[in-house]
This record gives sequence, C-alpha cells and structure tokens, in this order.
Amino acid sequence: MNINCENFGAMLDRLCPMHVLIDSDGGIFRVGPTLQKLRPDQPMPGRRLLDQFDLTRPRPAGGLGALLAVPSRLSLQFRDAPRTALKGMSVPAQGGAVVNLSFGISLLEAVRDYALTSADFPPTDLTIEMLYLIEAKSAAMEASRLLNQRLQGAMVAAEEQAFTDTLTGLKNRRAMDHILTRLTDAGATFSLMQLDLDCFKAVNDTMGHAAGDHVLQRVARVMVDETREGDTVARVGGDEFVLIFDRLTDPALLAGIAQRLIQRLEQPIPFAAHQLRVSASIGIATAGGRDAPEPAKLLHRADLALYAAKRGGRACHRFYAPDMEDDGMPG
Amino acid sequence: MMHGLIFTAIQSFFATTHGRRRWQAVTSAAGVGMSDYEAMLTYDDDQLGVLLTAICDDLRLPRQEVLEDLGTYLVSHPQMESLRRLLRFGGETYLDFLHSLDDLPDRARLAVSDLDLPPLELREVDDGLFSLTCRPGLPGFASVMVGVLRAMADDYGALAILEYRDRQPGGEVISIALVESAFSRGRDFDLGARVL
Repeated sequence: MNINCENFGAMLDRLCPMHVLIDSDGGIFRVGPTLQKLRPDQPMPGRRLLDQFDLTRPRPAGGLGALLAVPSRLSLQFRDAPRTALKGMSVPAQGGAVVNLSFGISLLEAVRDYALTSADFPPTDLTIEMLYLIEAKSAAMEASRLLNQRLQGAMVAAEEQAFTDTLTGLKNRRAMDHILTRLTDAGATFSLMQLDLDCFKAVNDTMGHAAGDHVLQRVARVMVDETREGDTVARVGGDEFVLIFDRLTDPALLAGIAQRLIQRLEQPIPFAAHQLRVSASIGIATAGGRDAPEPAKLLHRADLALYAAKRGGRACHRFYAPDMEDDGMPG
Repeated sequence: MMHGLIFTAIQSFFATTHGRRRWQAVTSAAGVGMSDYEAMLTYDDDQLGVLLTAICDDLRLPRQEVLEDLGTYLVSHPQMESLRRLLRFGGETYLDFLHSLDDLPDRARLAVSDLDLPPLELREVDDGLFSLTCRPGLPGFASVMVGVLRAMADDYGALAILEYRDRQPGGEVISIALVESAFSRGRDFDLGARVL
C-alpha cells in the first residue's frame, strides 16, 4: 500500500485526532484537529515541539533525540496555561516522528477547560465511555450516600427512642434518667454508684475498637452478675456506668459490692491471643429519708465521690462526703 | 426481586407531577405498605403491577399512556438531568443514539451492576425507518421507551415519529421514523458540565 503524505495526514486526523508530526529538527508540521482545539488561537504547525510543550518523559536532556531515534512513551505538558498534561507515544518516521497524544488522567479537567465534545474523540478512544462511567458511578454513589444518610437518621431516631444500649444490652442514659426520676419522685431510699473503667482508653487505642467492644460486653456481664435483679445497671458514656441499688444504703454492704466489682473487673479478659486488663473507680452516693437530693444533684455527688476515688489512686471506691463539694471538680 | 430504581422512577414521576399527597393515596390504595421507595434497595416483582394498576385507576388513563409519560418525564424533567446526560453519552446525534440502544442494558449494568434491563435490538427497516424490539423481562418497558425516545428526539433536536407497534412472542416492537436529524437546535450537552 502506498500512502502519499496528504492522504496520510488526513487519515491521521480521523484516526488519531491528537497526533503531532515533527521533522528531524523537532519542528511541528502537522497536528490533529482535537489537539489544535486546545490552543485555537495558536496554530501549532511551524512551532517547535519543545516550545509548545515541556517534555517530562523522556527527560529533556536528549529527550528529543531519543524520541526521534526509538519508539518512546512520552509525558508532556503545555508550557502555557492551562498547563494540561498529556501522555503519548512517538514513533520515528522519515527522519522525524509521528506522535500520538492523549489526556490520560487529566481528562476531566481537559473536557471542562476546552469544551470538548464526543466528536473530538474517535470511537476507538474510550474517553467518552470513561466520562459516562464517572458520571454514572457518581450518580449511583450519590444515591447510596443518600440512602445511608436516611438509614443513619432512622437509626439515630430509633436509638433515641430506645432504653437499651445496643452494644452491651445494659440500660442507657435515657433509661437511667427515667428510673432515677421515678425513684426520686417516690421518695425512695436507694444508692447510686458511678463507675468509670480505668485503662479502658489504652485497650481501645492499642488493641482496637473490637477489643474495646469486647471489654465493654464482658464488663457489662460482670456488673449484671454482681447486682440483684431489681437493681439498675446502665451504660451512660463510652466507659462510664451507673448502678442504682433500690432500698440499699448500708455502707458496709455497698463497700462490699464495690470491692467485689473492682476485683472481678480486674480479672484479665482473653481476646484473640491477648489478655486485656482494665480496672474501675467507683463513686457512691445515697438518697433517702431526710436527704433526698434531686437526680442531677445525686449524680453530681456520685461524680464527686468518683473523682475522689480517681485521685485516691484509681481501682478503689469512695463514698460521697459533704466536704468533697469544696474541692470542686476538675475542669 | 426488582430494582429500587424502577420504583423510585415511578414515585418521582407521580409525586412530582401530581403531588406527594396523591402519591401517598395511590400507594395506600395499592396496598404496597409503603410510600417511599429506595433507589438502592430491591422490592418484590409483584409490587410493580399493583402499583401501576393503582396509578392508572387514579389517573383514569390507560397503562400505556401513563408509561409513555413516565418515559418522557425521565428524560425531560429538570430533576432527571443526570439520567438525560447519561443517555446523551450514547452518541453525538440522534441517529448515533438510536444505534447505541443495543448497548443500553450493558451501559445500565456498568452504572448499577444489579440493574437488569431487557435487551434492545435496533433494526434499520428502510432509509430513516427503524424498528426497536424490546425483549421481554420488564413489563411495560417498551412503552416507557417510547416516551424516552420521543423526549430524546427533542433533546437532540431531531424530528422523529414514534409508535408502539405490537407485542410479539419475542418482545414488543416500537417503530421509529427519523424524518429529520437536525430539525431544531435541541438542548445543549456539555461533556464536562458535571465534572468537578
């Protein structure tokens, strides 16, 4: 087959609309219509390839020589703005070279910057399919995102309605507030323990959330074991628990329960190949008879006692005492 | 199970055109037990039939007409711009677009892997005269396609006459007469419009 130069150029325009033909000096003598469309006011023929583009691969030192000598993969970039990056292949021909270019990953910006249409790409080029895919996937992703958002909303709403902490099966803060209000309103005699796990954060941080969750579930079981049926065990924060003992204010009994709780919580918890260790600090406040504080006040007292236990070296319990009020709470 | 996108298309069409309250009344009359479909979930095949029956009863229109309107809505309503754009990727001209219909189910699957649309086959019967066969699989799909193709002709600025022809054992047939490719200016399609 004999192809004369003009025919060959016209053929390239159709097949590779982003081609460049260069002569042995690196001068451009023909470009494809799509490539020229990127610089409509600057006819590329007559300019030198390296005046139009920065050659980033092969590296400028001897870059042009290389692409005139052997088939080469190219990376280049317009010298002027927008500095669109292009990639391509050059093949030496008749002293010069035939270079075919493509947008590569800069495609999205290029389509926007130069208002390209599907007519600018031959059907063998997957550019249009890629743009289609990006839009289609973005739309599908958006639909999924919206669904997730709605499900998340529904879950939050359901959790707000619930009285149960989903991870541990214990009562949650909402349930605890209800029970506390009910006991206070009835003028009941009861006591309240505020229990914080010691060293839990370390387990969570070093061993991961799965280990942390495992600890919380195990700890919850211990607390349920160590309390009576009618008592309340609630998880009110990440590693914070409240235990309510109805009709029980005897300090000796409460001290015994607190010590036993701490002792059992300190037993190592097997997880995968590890033994996880936590402990607990407990603050205790009681209500009943002439001293019947509001729920918030009672919780505050238990908190003060808990703080005293933590200051006392953790892994211990303290009863609320009026002089704790003077020390204030940490900020 | 049927893809949620099919149901959300119907819901969006009806609720946008006739109001949300009326949509709730229709779903309640259909007894489907919900009024909000999720695009990314799937639903019982049977729901489609009862839902369409309830819609046609409510609008007092034949099913084919309702489905054609649905197809038109899917392409021409501003809320459905993203679908119109995806269809416009099918080709530079309406003729290219018609030839891309054979790939439509594959294109849909590329976007949403579990969305199963029936195969489509375009045949050029005569110069400018085509027949499109919609294989069975999704009841009413051919009628929806009549609306889609009509609206896409407007979109491309082409003048075409579309007609639902008949139901044959191998599927339903639509006839398309392309009178003029560049009849009006059509709507713009900027490839990079959705690009970030």
